[in-house]
Amino acid sequence: MTRETVKTDLINIIKPYLPENIMENEVSEDKHLINDLMINSAHIVDIVLDIEDKFDIMIDDDVIGEMNTVQDSIDVVLQKTA
Amino acid sequence: MGVVAANAIGVDNYEKALREGKSGIKHWEELDKINLKCQIGGAPDLSSITLGDHLPRLLAEKITNKGILYAMLSGVEAWKDAGLEPNTETRDFNSGMIFGAGDLSFDSFINRPFPSYPIDNGESRKLGSRTISECMNSGAAAYLNSILGVGNRVQSNSSACITGSEAVLMGYEYLSQGRADRMICGSTEGDGRYIWAAFDAMRVLCSNSNDNPEFGSRPMSDSSSGFVPSGGSGALVLETLESAKARGAKIYGEVLGGHVNSGGQRSGGTMTAANPEAVVDCITRAMDSAGIKPDEIDLINGHLTSTKGDPAEIRNWVKALGRSGKDFPMINTPKSMIGHAVAGAGSVELVASVLQLYKDFVHPNLNVENIHPEILSEIFGGCIPTSCQSLEVNTVIKANFGFGDLNCALVLRKYKER
Repeated sequence: MTRETVKTDLINIIKPYLPENIMENEVSEDKHLINDLMINSAHIVDIVLDIEDKFDIMIDDDVIGEMNTVQDSIDVVLQKTA
Repeated sequence: MGVVAANAIGVDNYEKALREGKSGIKHWEELDKINLKCQIGGAPDLSSITLGDHLPRLLAEKITNKGILYAMLSGVEAWKDAGLEPNTETRDFNSGMIFGAGDLSFDSFINRPFPSYPIDNGESRKLGSRTISECMNSGAAAYLNSILGVGNRVQSNSSACITGSEAVLMGYEYLSQGRADRMICGSTEGDGRYIWAAFDAMRVLCSNSNDNPEFGSRPMSDSSSGFVPSGGSGALVLETLESAKARGAKIYGEVLGGHVNSGGQRSGGTMTAANPEAVVDCITRAMDSAGIKPDEIDLINGHLTSTKGDPAEIRNWVKALGRSGKDFPMINTPKSMIGHAVAGAGSVELVASVLQLYKDFVHPNLNVENIHPEILSEIFGGCIPTSCQSLEVNTVIKANFGFGDLNCALVLRKYKER
């Protein structure tokens, strides 16, 4: 799985959780999910569940804490699917 | 007003469906597969609309609880119909909400890997962040208000089949106290096999019309054999006359008064049957509260579930109004078209009451070619319209009666500029 594929899938997962005033094309690797993309922190667990389903992986709670930016999240997926 | 019903989504479509006598009752193959005796029901056709056109993206894509979806759709429609916009930045402390629900946690959305439900499988983490907010009884109000952003009282009542009419009465009483300028009031119920199975187990549903679904719901008929379950939501924006006039809002009608009571599950009242004395008392006090006399009533919008309780309900109306035979008002209920939307019923049916008041018509009752003989011994058959009729409707009384021996009646009047 390439980094680009993971990124595309991840953006599709994140998309519904973005506030109305944040556009999909603003989602770049350096963006912080909560601070920059303004995703409600309660929804992070839903995004994690969607990622688990999509990539058939399991993400432990302590790893969730490391998924701050889009880049972090892609890294976690790549690492788990490696 | 806003409405999501088994035979129409949206107030204009609903009015058309009511006038045409359009049934929303269908046979459900999945109910047959799980051995329900009643395999018919009514569910609003969400596939006929694009959720994203009506709701914010997150809610449109992620909320699967039908009761909550219906509430958001009817609530947003009502708010816009009243000429209001969702509050995007600041809360509006002069607007509030009373929006009830029946059992959101029994909704069809619990479908996820059922019966290996994640909790019993040791996978409760898979419940995610929305299970509580979608199951809590205040979930419909909470999600609706995430869109509207009202800042006065936001409350969720739950009183079985009277939930919707009670929400409107509570909103009316609250405004009468001068505590807010406007309240959006309504109720909702989802649909599907989980909630319907529990009613089926009580043997209270219609089980002899699986091959003729549109004939299943037949209130006041001599062959009424049980109610046909459905889902839906209605919402009404109540506002003080002063505030409505000041902003030039469309006024559908006035709430003159109402009453809510309980038969105490005594004197013939039980968990599921109404104490007749309490029903009569509720209707009488509703008229007193409204300051009207029984002969002013043009139309009764009854509860009339298509069960053996219908003749008893008619007897109670006759007694409370002191009117019988040809002197009895017109009486109808949308239930022959949409079934019984349980906690959604009161509000969905109130939207019908107000439309008839506002547009001067009386919608038909379907499937009542053979009126129950006990009803005909009380009232003239012509009081039960079987086709849509033009009629000047100035005053409507609407009642619902619910499990727990609960009653609610509201009196509505046509608004005349003054």
